[in-house]
Amino acid sequence: MPKHQITTTINGDEVDFGCHAGQTLLDVLRTELGMTGTKNGCGSGDCGACTVIVDGRPVNACLVLGVELQGAEIETIEGMAKGRTLHPLQQKFLDHAALQCGICTPGILNMAKALLEKNPDPTETEVRYGLAGNLCRCTGYDKIVRAVLDAAADMRANG
Amino acid sequence: MGTVTELKYESPETAQAVVALLSGVGPMARIFAGGTDLLVQMHEELIEPTLLIDIKGIPETREIDVTADEIRIGAAVTGAELGEHQELKSRWPGIVEAVELIGSYQVQGRATIGGNLCNASPAADSVPALIAAAAKVIIAGPNGTREVPAEEFSVGPGRTCLAAGEFVTSIVLPKQNQRSGDAYLRFIPRTEMDIAVVGAGACVSLNDDGTCASARLALGAVAPTAKRVAAATDILQGNRLDDGVLAALAKAANDACAPIDDKRGTIEFRTKVAGVLACRAVKIAWQRAENR
Repeated sequence: MPKHQITTTINGDEVDFGCHAGQTLLDVLRTELGMTGTKNGCGSGDCGACTVIVDGRPVNACLVLGVELQGAEIETIEGMAKGRTLHPLQQKFLDHAALQCGICTPGILNMAKALLEKNPDPTETEVRYGLAGNLCRCTGYDKIVRAVLDAAADMRANG
Repeated sequence: MGTVTELKYESPETAQAVVALLSGVGPMARIFAGGTDLLVQMHEELIEPTLLIDIKGIPETREIDVTADEIRIGAAVTGAELGEHQELKSRWPGIVEAVELIGSYQVQGRATIGGNLCNASPAADSVPALIAAAAKVIIAGPNGTREVPAEEFSVGPGRTCLAAGEFVTSIVLPKQNQRSGDAYLRFIPRTEMDIAVVGAGACVSLNDDGTCASARLALGAVAPTAKRVAAATDILQGNRLDDGVLAALAKAANDACAPIDDKRGTIEFRTKVAGVLACRAVKIAWQRAENR
């Protein structure tokens, strides 16, 4: 079975990969490219652990095929920190202890980043609705929501 | 995905090419747009197609075309894109509300209006809103193009009127009267991320004297397919929204129900809620028409 050859941009770098027709972006990232920061939770779009950003929109990587991504711009958790400088969301998740086991964290960080790009000053309710597609089974939602609101305030203050 | 090595992927650029592929491969070929239902069904091994035909490369499936007369929405336009389209939102807020209720933000970025229709769930949120709007479904097939009213598109749970070789290219919303409005409401046991226990879509046009010129009501999740409540049109037409009219409307909605009993709602509960939501949706649509 021939593999499709796809050229994309991942976290700003041009990346080529080969994939089979039914191979999801989640599988491409983790298996073909060794980028295991994107987590495999449910595989059916329910948990949001595999949330990445494709062409500016947050999506579940388990519900996107690699083969449809010719020319796409993909952002994953591996590209969130700039060198050794954490993204404000990452820093606030540490400050607020907004994670326990950490499996949901990369997806939540990507979703929160997309949310704040669209709405830099969200209410608590808007953050909770915005993260409704990301499940945390350690159930640390309050700390997560506080970290996102704090990061949003920080990002507004620092432009 | 068990038979992943046997699967092929094609991304044609014309509707004719899609029809040729569908006709050649038969039922083992599946149309692929957002993938939020299809890839889940494949993941759960409910289906094992041999060919995925990605229709997103066909320009007409990805466009929202607004004219003075009608609005044509490509089948592969996503919920997120519909929600960002200001003209569509101001003309058909009910349809946009219905589509935006489907899934999380992540799902909204992928799930398409054509996919919601073709998945043919009795509880599909967009469908009662489309039926209330008198939307038409544009279908391409081996014999050219045909149109089907939204209420005739689904013929049972998971089943559509599509014949071999056919697929949906777009959905057309008709020209509206000057003073008209639409609305969609659904009941779910939580506030987000759930499947409708009952859904109600309404579209109302008003005369200059404030009486109802025309109206359409449709219900979801209370029968094998979303269905229009034809009696509601007669009850509303020529009248104002007084208590007697609302009581008759609720009764018509109750009478239209043929729901199932399941973990999300009993027959009795769904039937009662259908009447309540029907009245509320009509009131919102009415108010929007008044504010035009």
